Amino acid sequence: MTNKVQPIKIAILAMGGEGGGVLADWIVDMGEANGYVAQTTSVPGVAQRTGATIYYVELYPNAQAEADGGRPVLALMPLPGDVDVVLASELMEAGRAVQRGLVTGDRTTLIASTHRVFSIAEKSALGDGRVDSAQLLAHTGRAAKRFIRFDMAQAAEASGSVISAVLFGALAGSGVLPFSRAQFEATIERGGVGVKPSLKAFGAAFARAQGGDDGEALPEAAAAMPAPRPRHPAVRALVERVQREFPAASHDLLLEGVRRLIDYQDTAYASLYLDRMAAVAALPDHGDQRLLRETARHLALWMSYEDTARVAALKTRATRFERVRGEARVQPGQVLAINEYMHPRLQEICETLPGGIGRWLMNSTLPKRIVERFTQHGRVIQTSSLHGYLMLRTVAAMKRWRRSTMRYAEENRRIEEWLQRIAATAQRNPDLAVELAQCQRLVKGYSDTHERGIRNYDTVMRAVERAGAGLAPATLRELRDAALADEHGHKLQAALAQHALA
Amino acid sequence: MAERSFVEEVKKLRLSGGDVFRGEGILAVTKALLESGVSYVAGYQGAPISHLMDVLADAQDILAEQGIRFENSASEATAAATLAASVNYPLRGAVTFKATVGTNVASDALANLASGGVTGGALIIVGEDYGEGSSIMQERSHAFAMKSQIWLLDPRPNLPSIVDAVKQGFDLSEASNTPVMLQLRIRACHVHGHFIAGDNKRAKFTLKDALENPQRDVGRIVLPPASFVHEQEKVRERWPAAVRFIEERKLNEFFSEDADDIGIIVQGGSYNTLLRALERLGLADVYGNTQVPLYVMNVAYPVIESEVIRFCEGKRAVLIVEEGQPNFVEQNLATILRQAGSTTALHGKDMLPVAGEYTASELLKGARSFCERYECLAPLPVTPPVRKVIPLKEVAAIGVDAAPEPAQPSTSLAEVVHARPPGFCTGCPERPIFSAMKLVERELGPHHVSADIGCHLFSILPPFNIGNTTMGYGLGGAGAAALNAPAGKRAISMMGDGGFWHNGLTSGVANAVFNKSDNLTIVVDNNYTSATGGQDILSSNAVNKTRSTGHEIERAVRGVGVEWVKTLRRTYDVAGMRDALKEALTTSKKGPKVLIAQSECMLNKQRREKPLVRKAIADGKRMVREKFGVDSDTCTGDHSCIRLSGCPSLSIKPNPDPLRSDPVATVLDSCVGCGVCGEVSHAAVLCPSFYKAQIVSNPSRWDLLRERVRAAIIGWLQRGEARRRETYAF
Repeated sequence: MTNKVQPIKIAILAMGGEGGGVLADWIVDMGEANGYVAQTTSVPGVAQRTGATIYYVELYPNAQAEADGGRPVLALMPLPGDVDVVLASELMEAGRAVQRGLVTGDRTTLIASTHRVFSIAEKSALGDGRVDSAQLLAHTGRAAKRFIRFDMAQAAEASGSVISAVLFGALAGSGVLPFSRAQFEATIERGGVGVKPSLKAFGAAFARAQGGDDGEALPEAAAAMPAPRPRHPAVRALVERVQREFPAASHDLLLEGVRRLIDYQDTAYASLYLDRMAAVAALPDHGDQRLLRETARHLALWMSYEDTARVAALKTRATRFERVRGEARVQPGQVLAINEYMHPRLQEICETLPGGIGRWLMNSTLPKRIVERFTQHGRVIQTSSLHGYLMLRTVAAMKRWRRSTMRYAEENRRIEEWLQRIAATAQRNPDLAVELAQCQRLVKGYSDTHERGIRNYDTVMRAVERAGAGLAPATLRELRDAALADEHGHKLQAALAQHALA
Repeated sequence: MAERSFVEEVKKLRLSGGDVFRGEGILAVTKALLESGVSYVAGYQGAPISHLMDVLADAQDILAEQGIRFENSASEATAAATLAASVNYPLRGAVTFKATVGTNVASDALANLASGGVTGGALIIVGEDYGEGSSIMQERSHAFAMKSQIWLLDPRPNLPSIVDAVKQGFDLSEASNTPVMLQLRIRACHVHGHFIAGDNKRAKFTLKDALENPQRDVGRIVLPPASFVHEQEKVRERWPAAVRFIEERKLNEFFSEDADDIGIIVQGGSYNTLLRALERLGLADVYGNTQVPLYVMNVAYPVIESEVIRFCEGKRAVLIVEEGQPNFVEQNLATILRQAGSTTALHGKDMLPVAGEYTASELLKGARSFCERYECLAPLPVTPPVRKVIPLKEVAAIGVDAAPEPAQPSTSLAEVVHARPPGFCTGCPERPIFSAMKLVERELGPHHVSADIGCHLFSILPPFNIGNTTMGYGLGGAGAAALNAPAGKRAISMMGDGGFWHNGLTSGVANAVFNKSDNLTIVVDNNYTSATGGQDILSSNAVNKTRSTGHEIERAVRGVGVEWVKTLRRTYDVAGMRDALKEALTTSKKGPKVLIAQSECMLNKQRREKPLVRKAIADGKRMVREKFGVDSDTCTGDHSCIRLSGCPSLSIKPNPDPLRSDPVATVLDSCVGCGVCGEVSHAAVLCPSFYKAQIVSNPSRWDLLRERVRAAIIGWLQRGEARRRETYAF
């Protein structure tokens, strides 16, 4: 039996709360209003609560059915390989459509947003667990007959609407459905909810899809760093030293490091940074400056470790107030208050005080107990109030004696050891030295998180010592990744055992 | 008040003869009930039949006009027992719930109802939550119909067929004095379609008539000797009556009966999917005209022997398409054909999957192998395995069913497409309970956690990974009953307020009191049965005109004899929650401990409050909005905060710091300011990166004055500091 006319088959992949249902209802309403038998169904249930959901729509022309004297039997679920249009509200969901076989090169037009809503696995990684969007794009692009894509979250945002309206506009603009723009727009108007912003989002998306927008991102403009123009003589000396003493390939990172450390402490501290880097520059490498660059990055980060004074300084800046204002979308005429969630413990307080006082407090009995009592609970500090602001400024001012604190001594000791290890290793195996430099990444966060990082770092360093000259760079990389794989250090222990380094 | 408002849908219930009803399958059922002249409807909410309950709850005026009693039953057992009103009186009644979980709970009442039989039509509408998206164990309602002898309707999934099944169901029930079960699969419940509406019908015999003229027939009561008589009646009278009715009314359908010497027997619910498969194979057209004879069983039970024999007469083979297992119908057909001495070969689960949903691709495969086997289709040429050449573009071959298999995902695609497990919504008050449990776990070690049914069951998934078993709705407490022995740790039971009132109060709490348990039960009290769509229950705070609310869980718990009870009125207080949990797990006091964690479901709260806030702002009232954020320059990208929360609004973004590569945490605009991230970072001593922005709309004069003073002084200091930094900038 042959069928001249096939139903139009549309699958919508969305996550709960993203308006996939609204979009399906729009398509059905448009079909019914314009001479089509329309059917849609979905499997919501628990998927409504943030899970992924597929909505499925079929449309069949009434006139054809009447001419043939029949009533179409429409399906309640998509058949892989038999879908005309797939709409995906997000890039990973587009990937899911491909994975489920709904997107095929012979007929499927895929309309998807290129923005990402990160999965829980991506979000909860200890380091960087993000999936490569380019990978997703490659897979989806290869599978579809036509692939219309752009950042629809941004488009929705720009028009003050939601992603379903953008998808509807892109669907109209793609021209794959037998409905006119006016018919699409009338559907939105009939819906009656948020009509104006929806139409605006629709129009913009329509134009982009008509323009054949395949969302090809502009090639990253190689951000040509503006030539540094230091004003302060001490700063100029530092900049010139970088330009004079170090290979050009490392200038960007070194200058960033210098900038960071002047901001963090002072020019003398930045000078110490360059002294240390000068020693690294003298180490043997394969001429690719990888060791120099990686050490420049990680040394700057380590030397600007986050202590209470640093946090207080960053939190009280005007630029930061402006950033919060933007993130909270404060409108003119509204008043903003900023509250910080801080939980300094005895440890952090002792580490911020001048070395002698800090050590005395740490070793005292009664004063220590009093401070401990006061730091049992976290505090909410309103930085936008005079009291809160001045308090944080006072804490920030403690950077003056930072280099005398217990914390500085401790961090400095670790940095020196780390640099020595890098130097010694580079003599034998520069690649291993690069991996060693990158181990700084293990130490991050505050309080318990920081302690866990230090613990992992020490464990890995002990393993490096035990392995000695025979350690392969790939093994060290593996250990580092394992240390960032879970909070409890199970993966790290397993990796150590695997390489007989436990 | 349910999650969704059904004001628009309620209007559709008023449509009359000739009007076109457009809408969801389950709402069509609701309309069909009104057209069938029901006197009462009862049920327990749950996907996919919640909308039936919700729309009736919003249609009180129509119900009053029609003289219909509508009950939000305490459980499915209550709902099923409600049908007792149809035993003695000519009253039509319908009950509804989710299957098979609801059928499980209701089975005691259903068995008693089916034993004595009914006078008025009794319809049990079950939403079969089977296959994709299901949240329950995968079983069939079919078994319940068979064991209690309740007729089971499984109509074709289009609105006219579904509506017809409701009306025929009542007639069948009355003709055979047997309750009838109408099974609707999840996609059929949610399918949007249309049918021509009829007039609503008011029952002639009313509930008032029944109350004022009570009737009694001891022969209908389940007690010997009547119960033995019932069993005989079932097979000698009711069954033949049903068979006669089904044959006469032609409830089952034959399509192209004599078109070929093979045929397919299909349950009504799978008809559309099968038809699509046949159409793709070129054996049918889009209108359902088929070259393969079809026997569509809109009545799944009983199987009508005469029709089966008629269909198989002269056929070499038939294929039975029966979703789920065991294969009751296939076994039944085998017996019928064998006893009739038929030579027709019977295929079923040998060509189709034994278990799992019959998706379009599965039916395509099954139908193809059946048709190929009996030379109705030329076999697909076997393509020799092609060695993969990497640079070539893979394109599906051209042809009607060229790509029936899902494209084999390459490993890398599987790697980059992650699962998206359901999780707690933004601002959900249940999240901080589990954040606190995570913190307690750090101090006291892991505990055995008996989970329950409800949104709180999402705790078993990442990032919380809390919960060992789940034994059924309201059975969280009962699930830990055996774990009651002298030990260094106590078991923890979870229970939602829905499950608590459903049965948890007795099966869990009272049981723990009576059996002198020492365990902890956490009752999550969020004012609604949230997972089913936010319906009101006894302890809801909402004022509901037709229901009595405001009954506190704590009073109920104390009422059954629990002495250690604590109610926390703000679950977002993570530290408070942690301390309460620790106390409950370590106190030397004997006896069951009950911790009631109270905060309103955020989904419902937002729906209720958002319009009010918008209006207040428009009216010029001073309103404070709270939003959380993360300072990206102090965030180091460890994501501990995400691992203790899993909030959809707490995400990650690229690190703006040129020296760092790990993404930083960020709070999306969807944040509702519940405060959990701040509380968690406090309680867990995480990091100082979280801030809470309070945005005051329509500030008072005092707000403005204070703001001006602050801005002047802080601004001056900030400018000075910025100037100093500027000196060193380059």
